[in-house]
Amino acid sequence: MKEYDTMKLEIESKSVNEGFARAAVGAFLARLDPELEELNDIKTAVSEAVTNCIVHAYPDRIGSIHISVRVDAAGFARIAVRDRGIGITDVEQARTALFTTGGAERSGMGFTVMESFMDTVKVRSSPGTGTTVIMTRQLKRRRDARS
Amino acid sequence: MNYSHTFDGGTATVYIGGELDSHTARDTLAYIDDVIDLCMPRTLCLDLSGLSFSDSSGLAVVLGSYRRMRELDGGVRLRGVQPQPMKVFRAARIERLIPVEQGGETA
Repeated sequence: MKEYDTMKLEIESKSVNEGFARAAVGAFLARLDPELEELNDIKTAVSEAVTNCIVHAYPDRIGSIHISVRVDAAGFARIAVRDRGIGITDVEQARTALFTTGGAERSGMGFTVMESFMDTVKVRSSPGTGTTVIMTRQLKRRRDARS
Repeated sequence: MNYSHTFDGGTATVYIGGELDSHTARDTLAYIDDVIDLCMPRTLCLDLSGLSFSDSSGLAVVLGSYRRMRELDGGVRLRGVQPQPMKVFRAARIERLIPVEQGGETA
């Protein structure tokens, strides 16, 4: 691997794309030879971030979701999930466990799961402009030699 | 997604196989609601041994089933939960509300 590898993915905010998004990120991260639990944690966090775009960012229309992943040879993964949707008025409230504007079908645990499963989660959002969620995770190194 | 159910001795067991996310959660909860309406069970057992992935949408399905059974003065238990879904459920401390069977026993 060179200094770092990157991947960019753009999908429509259709729920059927959720499985594809997390599988694509997981497949990209396979080059780091992650442990199954690490891989599952990241795929879960990606699923939550993409769900937020589909359910909250674009409640009444289909929009674009941009996912970018950067990994370096030390096993540090940075994942950004960005939308151009309605934005979040109160980010702190949105990150509160059990808070949801999505009704009975939502658990209000999306950000809590992201925060539990990743090392860091940053949220930048402006009403009317969109939201970017940036998550990082340092993967364990199981092999010394990487190519 | 794969669904099936059995009903025996007041317990309805619903098998849910596949991956639970916001794409599949609504149909899954609808299936569970139909089983509850059909069987009127005292206990709803969700057999998740075939559930390979769940995010918080799956958590909402479990909590929705729990609320529905509470309205009927019944209970919910989980069976065969795989490690990835269990980690999501633990983030919500679901075991404080719902018994989780592990290896045939209740944790």
